[in-house]
Amino acid sequence: MSQFFTVSVLVATLATAIKFAVPYLLAALGETIGQRSGVLNLGVDGIMLLGAFGGYYTVIQTGSHLQGILVGLGIGLAIGIVYAYVTVFLHAQQGISGIGIFLFGLGFSDLLFQELVGTPKPIRPLPTLDKLPGVGGIFEPLVDIDIVGPLLFDHNLMTYMAFLLVPATTWLLMKTTFGMNVRAVGENPQAADSLGVSVAKTRLIAILIGSSLAGIAGATLSLQLAIFQHNLTNGIGFIAVALVYFGAWRPRWVMAGALLYGLVTATRIRWQSLDIIPQGASDIAAMAPAIITILALVLLASRVRGPAALTRPFSRH
Amino acid sequence: MKRLTGGIVPLGAALVAFLFGAIMILTLGASPVEGLGAMIDGAFGTGDRVAATAVRATPLLLVGAGITIAFRASVINIGGEGQIIAGALLSTALALAIPDTPKVLLIPLVILAGIVGGGLWGAIPGVLKAYASVNEILSTIMLNIVAIQLMNYLLRGPMIDPVEVGTSRIPQTERLTDNAAFPTLIEGTRLHLGVPMAVLAAIIVYVILFRTPLGFRLRAVGHNPDAARAAGISVERNIVSALSMSGALCGLAGVVLVFGSESLRLVTDGGSAGFTGSAGFNGIVAALFGGLHPLWTIPSSFLFGSLLTGATELQRELQIPNALAIALNGLIVLFVVSSDKVRNWLDLRLDRSMSTPRSETAEAAVPLETDDLEEALEETT
Repeated sequence: MSQFFTVSVLVATLATAIKFAVPYLLAALGETIGQRSGVLNLGVDGIMLLGAFGGYYTVIQTGSHLQGILVGLGIGLAIGIVYAYVTVFLHAQQGISGIGIFLFGLGFSDLLFQELVGTPKPIRPLPTLDKLPGVGGIFEPLVDIDIVGPLLFDHNLMTYMAFLLVPATTWLLMKTTFGMNVRAVGENPQAADSLGVSVAKTRLIAILIGSSLAGIAGATLSLQLAIFQHNLTNGIGFIAVALVYFGAWRPRWVMAGALLYGLVTATRIRWQSLDIIPQGASDIAAMAPAIITILALVLLASRVRGPAALTRPFSRH
Repeated sequence: MKRLTGGIVPLGAALVAFLFGAIMILTLGASPVEGLGAMIDGAFGTGDRVAATAVRATPLLLVGAGITIAFRASVINIGGEGQIIAGALLSTALALAIPDTPKVLLIPLVILAGIVGGGLWGAIPGVLKAYASVNEILSTIMLNIVAIQLMNYLLRGPMIDPVEVGTSRIPQTERLTDNAAFPTLIEGTRLHLGVPMAVLAAIIVYVILFRTPLGFRLRAVGHNPDAARAAGISVERNIVSALSMSGALCGLAGVVLVFGSESLRLVTDGGSAGFTGSAGFNGIVAALFGGLHPLWTIPSSFLFGSLLTGATELQRELQIPNALAIALNGLIVLFVVSSDKVRNWLDLRLDRSMSTPRSETAEAAVPLETDDLEEALEETT
């Protein structure tokens, strides 16, 4: 255990935790916006898988990480249109429609992978700041700073984007007209409608933002890991949905939840590689975030109220 | 009339989904006609294949029957995967503990253990929902993760095959005792005891849901909890019952997957799909497709079982990855769930054409904003 509590190992673990938190955070922030508008999207994991494959395949073909992320975004957007049509316009039950999206994403991403790639091929991972073409040199001295360097500067651009999106999401939800509309249609769509807010349009946009972020989250995951395989996400998208409840629909607390998941995963892997705990204990430790989430839900359920119209379709009759 | 359109819409949805499947096969450079041929051949080509299809359908039917109970009580059970694993773990542990028990005793015992294991795993989200207002979608998802890790832990540690300890450490149990193996019903095929057992389970679920006071209470709670409460029905207790029964049937599916398998052991690939074949999710598809009716879930599960065995053949003959089946399942869910509004619409038109003109008011009275689950929950018998 002592070899874990050295500064360098602790810092490295924390830095890894921040990196691991990114896909959770991106997907959960998107889901937060959707749920604030009253729409539960349980298909996040499926969208992430498709985004992950899309991003991975794009990097294989073009070598461009930016294009990979953009393809992830595009895939998320496309699935978002389908999901919005099904849930907002056809009033389909949201939980089950999400399972449909999940199964489609799970199967279709695997199908495309087997058909187009076959055996897992590693790609170039997302570069950290100091490895960025052109400007990398500027960051090199920063990375070398003790403690602060690895924690704050040894990351790829998507990490910074994800964490910048936390205040951005809060701002969007709390300070803009669109955000006000989102919260209004999530709380009381009838009232919002009578005030001239288009419930369908607001929810459509909220869903599109959410699923685009899920697509980006997936692409970020595969580009961070530099690989794709069957069921790459292994449930990250489902956990992202739970994090929204965990974080009581507030971006800051959602971020805290994502960091918790990142930290537990990073610690577990570190302990295992240092042989501090056997594989068996590592499996037990992997339950911790899920159990913590359940306990948090028990504590929060009676204290925090979600959007009143969550999962309720709206029509004017 | 409702019954008629109720049947047409899922079939229409399936046809559209299969059309998408045909387009996918075409895009992958194969002939959809050949593809369909290969699938039908793979699923029904020989008696042995029909038996294999029935075996593949068995966990879907058990999970699906459980889903009908939960959904009719308006409880969404996404925890099938975890409940399957819980049932499998408890029954496997029992078979490992008392391998020398005679067959007539051990088979009922492992079945019971599976029911208890899955039932308890389902009761947890039930209690959390009923008494702590925890959303069951979230708690079941989390409990899936816990169950998977518990399985990984047990199969890598306490329950690992002693032979594997010193060697490759494949996370699996030893080959379980033959005393617990489900007997084959027709020699030369894989048709085992689990198949008729699942059909019987679906019939029992039907009887419970529609012919007993318990079923009436469950459906009343699902239809309108406030009214049920006013009528003196305990909503909390029925939520727990619904999820426990749903979990128990999933647990039974876990038993079938272990003791009906050829390898006769529990093995993990680190996730859940390696063991369950995603039956916890695919069972939802089968139940939805069967209109959330336990009896219709029987042919529906058989259909989805044939999709799975057919896809295996598709991969063998035309090199089309069998992941196609899962993708199609997803599409079918989307089509079936979103077609509820189409069904409302159809019912409206048909009702109007059948009855005297009370059109304007009739249209206003049609519950267009009714929750789809509620719609599906309407009495169909």
